[in-house]
Amino acid sequence: MTLRPSILDPQGKAVEHAIENLGVGPVSHVRIGKYVEFLVDETEEEAARRATEDVCRKLLANPVMEDYSYELTRL
Amino acid sequence: MDADRVTFGVVVFPGSNCDHDTYYVCKKILGQEAVFLWHKEEDLRGVDAVILPGGFSYGDYLRCGAIARFSPIMKQVVRFAAEGGTVLGICNGFQILLEAGLLPGVLLRNASLRFVCRQVRVRVENAVTRFTGLYTPGEVVTFPVAHGDGNYFTDPETLAQLNARDQIVFRYTDAGGNVTPEGNPNGSLENVAAVINEQGNVLGMMPHPERASDPVLGMTDGQRLFRSMIQWCIINVRGERQEDGQCQTLAQQK
Repeated sequence: MTLRPSILDPQGKAVEHAIENLGVGPVSHVRIGKYVEFLVDETEEEAARRATEDVCRKLLANPVMEDYSYELTRL
Repeated sequence: MDADRVTFGVVVFPGSNCDHDTYYVCKKILGQEAVFLWHKEEDLRGVDAVILPGGFSYGDYLRCGAIARFSPIMKQVVRFAAEGGTVLGICNGFQILLEAGLLPGVLLRNASLRFVCRQVRVRVENAVTRFTGLYTPGEVVTFPVAHGDGNYFTDPETLAQLNARDQIVFRYTDAGGNVTPEGNPNGSLENVAAVINEQGNVLGMMPHPERASDPVLGMTDGQRLFRSMIQWCIINVRGERQEDGQCQTLAQQK
């Protein structure tokens, strides 16, 4: 989950300043997000996708301020 | 239940920490009835008004208020609000109301990235709500704030709607009562400190009126917020049940 592009990310800004101070190349547009892993007990990919979509939309991300993306991996 | 006293329900989530202050103000300072409603309860026990107090429900995990919103009691709070019940969310309570979709917008991390704990001045932008009836329009009052995520944000369309419908109830101001960046403790859009829903029965606010109610603490501007709610509930909730002369008298006083 990451803050939507239109929203100022003060944490990202602070890290950007720290990167500047580190003296490492030209780095900009730092955005900070959250990473979540979970197991979906489904055999059909479509069902797993629906469940994941639901979890993201209803709980993990607040669509007013955040975007989300996900990857499914079969175990 | 007395005809001239209302019952406040103070919801307690794991991590709420202003629940006892709120309960104390309702009961001891204002002389009303108050009950704690544990987040796992599924019954509001007939209270006249619900208060979601400040704190750090569920340790602010994921996002402030995001987990609390799924507590069993919140189903009842949402239903109560839909039926026109009076709901006040203070600080973390405001965050929960936003996450629950009872109010529009979100509260982002403070623009300063710092936890802000100090007194602020707010201007009463709308004094014809059931929460602010005893304030004067445009009056500047003092409340404490204490939060890390109080930076109100919403999309331009919603903001325009909030303005058009007088849904921004308090705005942060400087000492002179002017809406300026200096008076804004957290970077909120247009200095928004409190938002009410379109129906006018759900208010969310970052400042803490319960910390500005006991004279011992040196501030009493918050009392009138609770007194407005009490007066409204006596006239409108109790009035329906009692229909005696007393309600008439109170209505005339107002």
